[in-house]
Amino acid sequence: MIEFILNGLPVKAEEGWTVLETAKFYGLEIPTLCHHEGLTEFGGCRLCLVEIGEPPKSKLVTSCTYPVEAGLVVRTDTNRVWAARRMMIELMISVAPGSKVLQDLASKFGVTRVRFTPRNEECILCGLCVRMCAEQMDGRAIGFQQRGHKRKISTPFDIRSEECRLCGACMYICPACQLRCQGPNAETALCNACLTMDPTCLEHYDELQCWMYDAGRCGTCVREKKS
Amino acid sequence: MDTDTTKIQSLIDKHRGLKKNLIAILLDVQESFNYLPPESLRQVAKSLDMPLIDILGVATFYRAFSLKPRGKHMCLVCLGTACHVRGGQKILEEIERKLGVPAGENTPDGQFTLETVACLGCCAIGPVVVVDGEYNGHATIRKVGPILDKCAKPKKSGQKRKAGAKPAGRRGGRTARKK
Repeated sequence: MIEFILNGLPVKAEEGWTVLETAKFYGLEIPTLCHHEGLTEFGGCRLCLVEIGEPPKSKLVTSCTYPVEAGLVVRTDTNRVWAARRMMIELMISVAPGSKVLQDLASKFGVTRVRFTPRNEECILCGLCVRMCAEQMDGRAIGFQQRGHKRKISTPFDIRSEECRLCGACMYICPACQLRCQGPNAETALCNACLTMDPTCLEHYDELQCWMYDAGRCGTCVREKKS
Repeated sequence: MDTDTTKIQSLIDKHRGLKKNLIAILLDVQESFNYLPPESLRQVAKSLDMPLIDILGVATFYRAFSLKPRGKHMCLVCLGTACHVRGGQKILEEIERKLGVPAGENTPDGQFTLETVACLGCCAIGPVVVVDGEYNGHATIRKVGPILDKCAKPKKSGQKRKAGAKPAGRRGGRTARKK
């Protein structure tokens, strides 16, 4: 067993666990997009960022790929972490505003503006479909091509692949290529309709006193504290 | 087509058909065909027992590989920071105008392929234009003509270019810079 500090509390983890796995084991909720049980870790969406180390020298790492080590100090809900996650959500919304998963995340984390020009694509390059096809379906029909701003996921030569069995697993697992719910402001890049609902908490509570902790917190306290 | 297949197979055998030599194999194929034909990629995938998509991922990732047929002569214009500051963009525009194709395309006669690069690592002699591996440093708009003419000799349209470009040879370029 490896002992380390998670959000100020001493925790124990099995050898080989990642920070994300340990956090899940202790009931801490860390948002993820490119992580999926049964698939190899990718570390591409940067939503599961956590802060490790002591403040002056602390750094952000992806918890899904970071293996636990003895004496590690991890904080999962600092302002820095939230700012980084908001930024990532903002960037991803600007790429794929049509995704309900992303819109929900935006409302949950209080992303109320998108400062980038919407690209209206249906892919955030999380690589879930590529790993799903290769690892679970043994298809290897799709993959990353090109690089930089041209990077895309496609079949060889953009035609129907001989390896593809049309199983649909890539579409099943995709967080981006589905219709978002039709909120009141559905025509803008950012929906935020969920934010107009009454907040469930009016005061700021400590992390462990929050009674939405297990179910996934509403995020009100962090929003309130920030503004 | 059959000769091509045996040719590609010999290139793969040269590298002992090992997965780790994929890039070397693709470079050899690229060298002998001047581009990577789709059929060659399928054959490489089959021989190396690799998914075709992985081969394509490599082939589209590196700028050294091209899936489109390339012209006889490769013309690279550097648009890195140093070359950009010294007017690389204007030189690119001039070459685009002279060849009549945008960057990344082949000329219709198949003589030239025009590409841009981010940096060639020789910023001191920027702006740089590389034609067929020959580095032309301190390029100016006036020098563009002669640089291109050097390799496009037996061409009808090339003569017109030559006549127009001669007075603005090496010397002309230099005086222009001094001004």
